[in-house]
Amino acid sequence: MALIELAGIERVFRLGDADVHALAGIDLSIDSGEYVAIMGQSGSGKSTMLNLLGLLDRPNTGTYHLEGRDVTTLSPDEQAAVRSRRIGFVFQSFHLVPRLTAAENIALPMSLAGIPPAERDRRVAKALKDFGLDNRADHRPDELSGGQRQRVAIARATIMHPALLLADEPTGNLDRATGEEVIHLLETLNQSGVTLIIVTHDHNLGARAARHLVMEDGRLTSDSRRPASADFSS
Amino acid sequence: MRTRDVLRFARDAGAGYPLRTSLSILAMAIGVAAVVVLTALGDGARRYVVAQFTSLGTNLVIVIPGRTATGGFNPANTITRTPRDLTVEDAAAVLRLPGVQRASPLAAGNSEISVGGRLREVLAIGVAQPYVEIRNFQLQQGTFIPDMDWSRTLPVAVIGAKLREELFPGQAAVGQFMRVGDRRVRIIGVLKPSGQGLGMNTDELVFLPVALAQALFDSNTLFRILVEARSRNHIEGVKQEVATLLKARHGGEEDVTVITQDAMLATFDKLLRALTAAVAGIAAISLAVAGILVMNVMLVAVTQRTGEIGLLKALGAEARTIRHAFLAEAGMLSLFGAIAGYLLGQLATFALRQAYPAYPAYAPDWAVAAALVTALTTGLLFGIMPAQRAARMDPVQALMKH
Repeated sequence: MALIELAGIERVFRLGDADVHALAGIDLSIDSGEYVAIMGQSGSGKSTMLNLLGLLDRPNTGTYHLEGRDVTTLSPDEQAAVRSRRIGFVFQSFHLVPRLTAAENIALPMSLAGIPPAERDRRVAKALKDFGLDNRADHRPDELSGGQRQRVAIARATIMHPALLLADEPTGNLDRATGEEVIHLLETLNQSGVTLIIVTHDHNLGARAARHLVMEDGRLTSDSRRPASADFSS
Repeated sequence: MRTRDVLRFARDAGAGYPLRTSLSILAMAIGVAAVVVLTALGDGARRYVVAQFTSLGTNLVIVIPGRTATGGFNPANTITRTPRDLTVEDAAAVLRLPGVQRASPLAAGNSEISVGGRLREVLAIGVAQPYVEIRNFQLQQGTFIPDMDWSRTLPVAVIGAKLREELFPGQAAVGQFMRVGDRRVRIIGVLKPSGQGLGMNTDELVFLPVALAQALFDSNTLFRILVEARSRNHIEGVKQEVATLLKARHGGEEDVTVITQDAMLATFDKLLRALTAAVAGIAAISLAVAGILVMNVMLVAVTQRTGEIGLLKALGAEARTIRHAFLAEAGMLSLFGAIAGYLLGQLATFALRQAYPAYPAYAPDWAVAAALVTALTTGLLFGIMPAQRAARMDPVQALMKH
């Protein structure tokens, strides 16, 4: 069964008098456990796509089925519950809460979900160990290196065992070696079964994915696995 | 999100901006402290006045010459303008009324006294013997003015304790002579220091037989008649009897005012309670201002933490959770402000009481409770708008502001 099923998705922003189609006629199916890279120039709609997949944004028309469930018609709080349990985000700028320690940042999704403290502590301890952050638990983000920060962010994104991991330019703020390390980490998670979708304009990074989606002006212009469906717009 | 986690999150958020947090706590604290201190002053004034009145005596009915306007329009007032004098004979007649335990005429005037070439301006009070019992005065030495015919101008005087120290330092005053106006009188008693007594310090008074005082002031009228009813239950009856009697004695004209100590006390009590409530209201304005400051601080916090709000939404926080977190932060600012203000206010009133022991500056409980409740409600009320703003934020827009 497909994890993600998009049909006839349109997303229109109104800028002054003009309507801008950030997403137009998107039909897409992504299976559970896939490793997908969404590529395109800035303004091509790839960020809007990611926001939509992450239930942070709603389409104007079209339907989005996540794990077989139509999530476009859910209320904001129901969508929040889906984000909490099924979706993990990794951002370019890490988005750690500066006043919280690494351990507290990792625990944040669990405390938002109301998971009891004992369970939280257990899972955080395991995550710190798995991500090689054992001796950084009580450090605040400004006391961590870029790579460590992104590792904390990835630990936070996966602490609720989501089905889908969305990464927006995860290496954009990291040097080459650290970026490599972070990508390797994400790929390891993918191999353990998590569906990984990376948005990037870095071709080297995109090339590593098993499936490539290229976007241009809000449309999918290429899908490396289904090239036939990519050319309907041109 | 669990309540404990919401509270901890809010606490950490507040602690993350120590200057801003402490300033809004301070503003709230000043508001609460203002209510505590100002109502303590107002209520202290009330307690002070009540204590002073009570020290005048018990079951008191007081006759004042002239008609105060409180009785409404009386046609008699339009015909005659000058009230009849209140005389010693009136006082003697009042004393014969059945409900009256004691009564004393009271004449008052400024006079000059001299002892051995030392001159001093004093307030001289002409009274009769029952006065000492009505006022419950204690004598340090000697005796009070003797029980005698009120028309006798016996040349004797009783002086206050402070006057004795000034005029006869280090020597016995009883038996000494002094000059009051153009009369030479013998001092027969000295009062114990009391300091009490509404507007005049009894320690600096000279008491004379009422007839002597009237002769000295060259006047027949009395300043007051002090009447003590047999019991508390007799007060109203005595008031009526005295009014009726004096009206009859004054040719049917109501030209005196009879007041009871209770009524006076009640009036002052009411007045000063209203004053306390008024200053509490004024102080409450500073609480409202503090509330607005909390709102301001929370709005700044929402703007400053927009990225964080977006993140919380991405991590699956419901709108309710975000609203609660910001409301909890506003509530904490108010709560800590209120507690700090309460302690500050108690400290200030304690200092006031140390500085002025006679002045019972205690904030009334209702004011303290109202200040705390108002602080919390304004804080939460003004916290709602920023919290709503945070909760309604669009996650995509919010995430971009990082």
